[in-house]
Amino acid sequence: MQKNVLEYLETAAAKFPDKIVFADNKTELSYEEFTDKAKRLGCGLIRTCREGWTRNPVAVLIDRSVQPLISFFGVVYSGNFYVPVDRKMPQERIRLILNTLNARVLIAEKKDGRFLEQLQYDGTVCYQEELLECEVDPEALKRVSAEQVDTDPLYAIFTSGSTGVPKGVLVAHRSVIDLADQFKDAFEFDETAVFGNQAPFDFDVSVKDIFSTIKNRATMYVIPQVVFSFPAKLIQYLNEKKINTIIWAVSALRIIENLKGFASEVPQYLQNIMFSGEVMSVKVLNYWRAYFPKAQFVNLYGPTEITCNCTFYKIDREYSEDEVLPIGRPFRNSSVFLLDGDRLVTKPGEMGEICVRGTCLALGYYNNPEKTAEAFCQNPLNSAYPEKIYRTGDIGRYDDQGQLIFASRKDAQIKHMGHRIELGEIEAAVNALEMLDAGVCIHVGEDIVLCYQAEQPGEREILRALGKKLPKYMLPTRLLWYKALPMNKNGKIDRVRLRGEIESNDIK
Amino acid sequence: MREELMEILREQRPDVDFEVEQALIDDEILDSFDIVSLVSELNDNFDIAINVDDLLPENFNSADAMLELIQKLQEEG
Repeated sequence: MQKNVLEYLETAAAKFPDKIVFADNKTELSYEEFTDKAKRLGCGLIRTCREGWTRNPVAVLIDRSVQPLISFFGVVYSGNFYVPVDRKMPQERIRLILNTLNARVLIAEKKDGRFLEQLQYDGTVCYQEELLECEVDPEALKRVSAEQVDTDPLYAIFTSGSTGVPKGVLVAHRSVIDLADQFKDAFEFDETAVFGNQAPFDFDVSVKDIFSTIKNRATMYVIPQVVFSFPAKLIQYLNEKKINTIIWAVSALRIIENLKGFASEVPQYLQNIMFSGEVMSVKVLNYWRAYFPKAQFVNLYGPTEITCNCTFYKIDREYSEDEVLPIGRPFRNSSVFLLDGDRLVTKPGEMGEICVRGTCLALGYYNNPEKTAEAFCQNPLNSAYPEKIYRTGDIGRYDDQGQLIFASRKDAQIKHMGHRIELGEIEAAVNALEMLDAGVCIHVGEDIVLCYQAEQPGEREILRALGKKLPKYMLPTRLLWYKALPMNKNGKIDRVRLRGEIESNDIK
Repeated sequence: MREELMEILREQRPDVDFEVEQALIDDEILDSFDIVSLVSELNDNFDIAINVDDLLPENFNSADAMLELIQKLQEEG
């Protein structure tokens, strides 16, 4: 019986001590080396914070290297949970996160001196270099482990909150063990997998890379950020490391398509191409599929609050650009259903809020009982015993084959000229157009504003083409051309910023 | 031509001093979204076609490197 993710690591270290588990540009760590370092760091923390100080947040400064991974697992060995914090985030936001956590301990590296000075953090700063000098104390680790259960928190990852204060989604060991099991089950991962990690460690897409790697005794390469701008370099990297599995944000795949990145060379080893984070446009998908006719392409769906993903769709046929890619069906041990208010929606085509039930549910938002109660609530279909569901705020429907289709955000549903409109539907039509790269619709006052990215402005052509797909009342009433749409830190189109720009221009 | 390029760069990233920076890529000052839009700006404004083989970090580390790339592509074009 497994109760802790460390068991993955130790099983793998016993079986394949010399195999590389995590590697970056400079450092390659074998399972044995990595486990030893994590234990040292854990023992260092136990000594610094006293034994018995467990289930507390430990902030870890992250970058694109294997060092934060050592700290993550070290924190777990100490009986606490890790919170990745990107050094490059605005300090104001870092302070908000540390305050929400009330984090008493932060793990930094010696190079962070100036950064820490500016941050004016008043808790204990532990330098990774010093913690790693600590001797492993097996008895202390045993005592910590004996006290732990699988519902103890493993990590907290912060997502932006509608009120401006980030929310720390707290996820237990059990949920991540479940995730790794379900991914292995659905996608047949094994020890031959070589993962190419794209997502930053404060973005939960990376959780799938990290824990699928150690569960399957596989290897993960932290791909340097810079190569994502230069496809030739990226392809060279993927080939050099023989990377065969990528679980990337949709935006990373889109960049390759935008730059026509496979024009002279193509990665040789890719077998699994999986993506999530926002709606994948069929245009981008088809560009990729043309170069990898034999690879398995998977559309993954789910918010951080249900531990990464709750549904998946293996692309099993050709899609044309005006079709929407399904988000598919739930993983085996996740239950996903649609609610209209408190009523279950089962009829194909009918819209409902996507709701999730199962082990995958996060523990809640750390230090935020109000927001937790709002999103994680009693299943309205069950009055017999306490059962939590997570309401995603996403609106979906079933197609005729029973596949789930993402329609839009709950808060993006609008009333326009008396009609009930899902902005997602307009966007699906917009994003199928040849003359633009990407577009989002923002509802401002009486206007449906289409912000689109294209080589050149083409208002008239766009409206004419949309008129062929949508009823007149669904056509955008204002079009704004962008050479490049602004992105938020998770690589999604920044709707909040676009709305802000539109509203502030309207006031002027 | 240099002034036109500086104008484009300033518009793209008003927070960066392109006269000074020599490691725009190596120091991760420009990210992939900057590069995507920069490439299309340069293609349009200088009537060139930057392809995958020209799309290398060393061609984008400084304004001068970009200028050199533009001139090379214009001569070839």
